[in-house]
Amino acid sequence: MNTKQFIYRFFTVAVVAGILVACNKDITGRTDNAPALFPANIDINAGAWKPVLLNAPTDIVVAAPIATNTPEYVAQINEIKSFQNNLTSEEENLVAYWGAGAVLRWNEILRELVAKHNLPPYQNANGTYPIPSAANPLAYPLFPFSNPPYAARAYAYVSAAQYDALVSAWYYKKLFNRAAPYKVDSTLKVLVPKSDLPSYPSEDAVVEGATVEMFKLLFPGDQDFIQQKAEEHKRARIISGANVRSDIDAGEALGKAVAQKFVTRARGDRAGAAAGNQAMWTKLETDAIAKGETPWYCLEIPARPPMLPAFGKVKTFLFDSLTVISLRPGPPPSTNSQQMKDETEETYQFIKNTTREHTAIVHFWADGVGTYTPPGHWDAIASEDFITKNFSEVRWARNMALLNMSLMDAAIVCWDTKYYYCNPRPSQLNPAIKTLTGIPNFPAYISGHSTFSGAAATILGHIIPERAAAYSSMAQEASMSRMYGGIHYRSDCETGLIVGKNVGNYAVQRATIDGAE
Amino acid sequence: MKYYLTIPLITVLLIITAPLISNAQTDIDAIMMEKKQFCVGPMYSYGSWKNYWEGTLKRENLNLGTVSTQAFAVMGNYGISGKLNVLFNVPFITTKASAGTMHSMQGMQDLSLFVKWMPVEKQMGPGTFSLYTIGGVAFPLTDYVADYLPLAIGLHSTTATARLMLDYQVNKFFVTGSASYVFRSNITIDRTAYYTTEMHLSNEVEIPNASNFNFRTGYRTSKLIAEAVVNIWSTIGGFDITRNNMPFPSNNMDATTIGANVKYVVTANHNLSLVGGGNYVVTGRNVGQANTFYGSIFYIIDFSPKTKSTNQSGKTN
Repeated sequence: MNTKQFIYRFFTVAVVAGILVACNKDITGRTDNAPALFPANIDINAGAWKPVLLNAPTDIVVAAPIATNTPEYVAQINEIKSFQNNLTSEEENLVAYWGAGAVLRWNEILRELVAKHNLPPYQNANGTYPIPSAANPLAYPLFPFSNPPYAARAYAYVSAAQYDALVSAWYYKKLFNRAAPYKVDSTLKVLVPKSDLPSYPSEDAVVEGATVEMFKLLFPGDQDFIQQKAEEHKRARIISGANVRSDIDAGEALGKAVAQKFVTRARGDRAGAAAGNQAMWTKLETDAIAKGETPWYCLEIPARPPMLPAFGKVKTFLFDSLTVISLRPGPPPSTNSQQMKDETEETYQFIKNTTREHTAIVHFWADGVGTYTPPGHWDAIASEDFITKNFSEVRWARNMALLNMSLMDAAIVCWDTKYYYCNPRPSQLNPAIKTLTGIPNFPAYISGHSTFSGAAATILGHIIPERAAAYSSMAQEASMSRMYGGIHYRSDCETGLIVGKNVGNYAVQRATIDGAE
Repeated sequence: MKYYLTIPLITVLLIITAPLISNAQTDIDAIMMEKKQFCVGPMYSYGSWKNYWEGTLKRENLNLGTVSTQAFAVMGNYGISGKLNVLFNVPFITTKASAGTMHSMQGMQDLSLFVKWMPVEKQMGPGTFSLYTIGGVAFPLTDYVADYLPLAIGLHSTTATARLMLDYQVNKFFVTGSASYVFRSNITIDRTAYYTTEMHLSNEVEIPNASNFNFRTGYRTSKLIAEAVVNIWSTIGGFDITRNNMPFPSNNMDATTIGANVKYVVTANHNLSLVGGGNYVVTGRNVGQANTFYGSIFYIIDFSPKTKSTNQSGKTN
């Protein structure tokens, strides 16, 4: 019977198709096969670039390297050769992975740690919320809760520390001018692209040392994972023939020492007090009421204290605290005003008549719980573009530092504004507004996504001018996503973008005078 | 005597919220339509849960309240022969959370198509033994959002199911058991990166395959079926929801449900029947502890030249 045969065939095809589908489920990440870093320009004079925190590249002293004709050096070359003699596929993979660039990979690892820790603590039985403790990071609630401000600060410190450490490293590279091992011993195989950049101290180990040191502060409960990555990174560089062990040791020590200066700064940057206390939380409410406004209330059950209400007081990188206040925009429409009613209605209409396309935009930019946050999303966007630009490590670090200092300072200005006005969310003014992504636990005005995106698009457009229009339209879309999702009013988004751009312009200003352009 | 007491039951096997499998389970009972008979009808189901398992930890979520899932479906079963049936199911699903701000979701979910073949049916001891092989595919009909659990209406994965089923009936009592393997394709989500137990810089998500074991027993005649059902669904792999995190499509989702169904044939000529039933998740992992009820009306359209046929399937109840 023909129909029967057809059905049998259908059955067979379905099962076979299923098996094929099942057998081919591996997923390749977008940067898994990133090409080996092969800088178009080694930026040999980057030792003269302007550091963020160091007074001079010589703040940390790096001892002169041993001569390449000493038995000690020859022994280090032999270490490379012995690795290469018994190369395992795991080692080959490590060389390829780390060969794509130290700043890139450690930024990805940082994003991973942020995503892992971006989880609001569960409430206590009495309806209060526990606060993560840096002193006891592995006890619940795990430390940190890497919410967007925490994450923005983490990205900025790590990037800035990497940058300063690399500026110093470049200074010493040029000063000591020790050739790479494969230039000293021409019989040595090299598994990554060759470079004219002097190899002492190792730029990879500088980045690794600086990052690991920063991570002790930022992610104290993940040391096993971090140390394993660090070991793999250092090993990959030796295996590849790019560095001898003394390059690595000197680089790691330099990176750690520079990072310690950033750790000291971080301990005093007021972030530790950003969570505030009951008196502060109450004052936010009473101040708004005194101004005749409806104050923001937490929409979670049980009510969670506002997220980092004193983050606006954290020490910025690109400008001073008075500038933070001068960057604060004027007030949002009064909660009693017709304009606020109209804007609430506009947001309501977006969620009432939502489209699949809008929902996709909301989710693309949501970067909420369990993700690397909006600053991490912009780091991902930047990284994928930087990969195509063949930047040197030091230029990678400089560009990431400019981006991430913008994002942190954007967070500070944004949080200052949010708690200065303490404006309610659309869902508070109209409970019929259901949201297409989680509703954040802080006031609405101004939109964090918009501020972050405005800042990021501005500095990235300066770094890669041919992408400026693309970044600007991404920022616009990220901003609008918050209205489509029922999270924000138009005023929050439009003002947030402008404030973000203003913050980003400080990074652009710095970029034009830091010696790299 | 014709035998068309199909029991289409829905196992709204819930993911933390949404129906994972809301397919009609005519593909999982030991009942065949006769040649050129087409059984079709609407089905409605309502499932809800307040508690769910975050990994192995049972909890509630005050910011979700009670999560409910409604499904309206059309199901059909056509007899190519008494030993070979094809089945379909198309559900429209609506989800809602009673508390918090999360937006409800709705849409056409997945079209499932099954082929059910009964190669063996014979007298064995005091009763009748039959063996079935069932193959099916299900694929999303629309571009619905999967990455919005627990309110997503489904996982948006294309699946292929292979099932072996055994049935034994003595007089008016039967027992049926089946085992299935469900291949589930990867899905793409609207974001470019996500964290499971590690970071993935991709919009593609690996959905773990799954197994399903189903046992049912009860009373079965051409007029009435009453049965108790135990269903055990387990993903093969997947990860646990971390503390206070949101669920994710590639979570490890396990659920054991118990339930009961009744099917009653209304009319004398057997072409109108009513089905009702319910089930409850007794134990699970990364799923909601759902209570689900459903009801449907089925009508049999006879495309065969004669209005009456003999009982080719050999079931004599």
